[in-house]
Amino acid sequence: MAKVTIDGVEIEVEDGTTILNAARKAGGDIVPPAMCYYSKLKGSGGKCRTCLVKVSAGSAKDPRPMPKLVASCSTPVQDGMVVQNITSPEVLEARKGVVEFLLINHPLDCPICDQAGECHLQDLAFEHGRAKTRYEEERRTFDRIDIGDKIQLHMTRCILCYRCVFTCDQITDKRVHGVLNRGDAAEIGTYIQKAVENDFSGNVIDVCPVGALTDKTFRFKSRVWFVKPMDAQRDCTKCCGKTIVWMYGNEIFRVTARKNKYDEVIDWICNDCRFEKKNVSDWNIEGPTKIERHSVISHNKYQIGTKVNAPKKIGYGNITN
Amino acid sequence: MYSLSKKSKVVVKKEMTWSEKLYLPAIFQGLMITIRHFFKKKATLQYPEQKKEFAAVYRGKHILKRDEQGRENCTACGLCAVSCPAEAITIVAAERQKGEEHLYREEKYAASYEINMLRCIFCGLCEEACPKDAVYLTEELAPASFDRTDFIFGKDKLVQPLGTSAHPKTYKPYKK
Repeated sequence: MAKVTIDGVEIEVEDGTTILNAARKAGGDIVPPAMCYYSKLKGSGGKCRTCLVKVSAGSAKDPRPMPKLVASCSTPVQDGMVVQNITSPEVLEARKGVVEFLLINHPLDCPICDQAGECHLQDLAFEHGRAKTRYEEERRTFDRIDIGDKIQLHMTRCILCYRCVFTCDQITDKRVHGVLNRGDAAEIGTYIQKAVENDFSGNVIDVCPVGALTDKTFRFKSRVWFVKPMDAQRDCTKCCGKTIVWMYGNEIFRVTARKNKYDEVIDWICNDCRFEKKNVSDWNIEGPTKIERHSVISHNKYQIGTKVNAPKKIGYGNITN
Repeated sequence: MYSLSKKSKVVVKKEMTWSEKLYLPAIFQGLMITIRHFFKKKATLQYPEQKKEFAAVYRGKHILKRDEQGRENCTACGLCAVSCPAEAITIVAAERQKGEEHLYREEKYAASYEINMLRCIFCGLCEEACPKDAVYLTEELAPASFDRTDFIFGKDKLVQPLGTSAHPKTYKPYKK
């Protein structure tokens, strides 16, 4: 077991846990944001640099600070480590820079993008970014690509987090989806725009932190803040069948997997559930989803809270219990 | 009692004098005030022949703007609808097809854009929320009608007519 202090919060975690996961265990404001790390995907993390933190004391044995900011998603904790996240202005400044880098090639077409409202890059830029761009050069552009008839790839919006690549590696036994080219020209793709033919290929939509991979059956149908998320389930032979259906009135607009506090999929769902079952009669609707994630999407929605009992007797000007 | 405005007068009920009992001086005093008003500037206007100039920040009927090339600015992002406190705006989005690039500026456009003028409170929040410079409140008055259905303004009534120019940053109505 290792004892770490993150922003003054002391927590004991198992050896080999990363700083990010230790912070998540403690919870609250000290959790660094992550754009590429995904706890469900092996090998993810270390690419986007949004989770940079300052290690002001390496360990109890060697309390020297680490020379540079480290990516908290891929740095394991050591006993006696002291980590600074939001308490360090250096980290906040670095994060601002990272957001600027991520947005360099991002088209900022949020009014058009279907991901707007639940987009991680939007949240990240809103919280950590500058209000204005300093970038004057031309942004890279790509044509829209159809991955199968249900998934739309907008390469222009991609931030190259590799989450979809790891998802495809995990759900298929052969490599069907990867990153082509290098550097500025790098793009995710399936060779010659081949459909990712797998029952679980739709999950790349859920793991995508931006609007690069979107659901074609939901394309431009509505905005995420107009549709109500409801927990639903059905008997599915392929997957767990537990999903969130996004409804407007009595109509199901889209189906996504259930996600945890950090917007990570709890259980993968199959394409059948995601794309084909759009009737209310297909689903057993449990009730409104409680959104724990900190994002615009949680606004005006249901929140987990404690029930407050009204005082027994309320008079004019005096409240007695 | 202590007077806050210090304008109050103590009323004393006393016997009227002979000239006061005649009432005639008081009547002529009152008539003079009335006659003086005949020569003052009138506060009313002969609407609709005469029209008063609006304040620079007046908010009237909405307009959905086009850009310089005549393409619709609105991309149906739904921010006006979500910001509307009266929930007066309903939008249905559609994808721009090939060959429609001269009609709509962005990949997505509003296939239907409806404002319920009976619900609208002309607060201008839709205008403030719009990221695409599309919706503006003009100086035009929303017309009256006897039928409720007439107050649901669709794109036919809202979109700026082709070949007209509306100043993007002011509330001036478009000129035909």
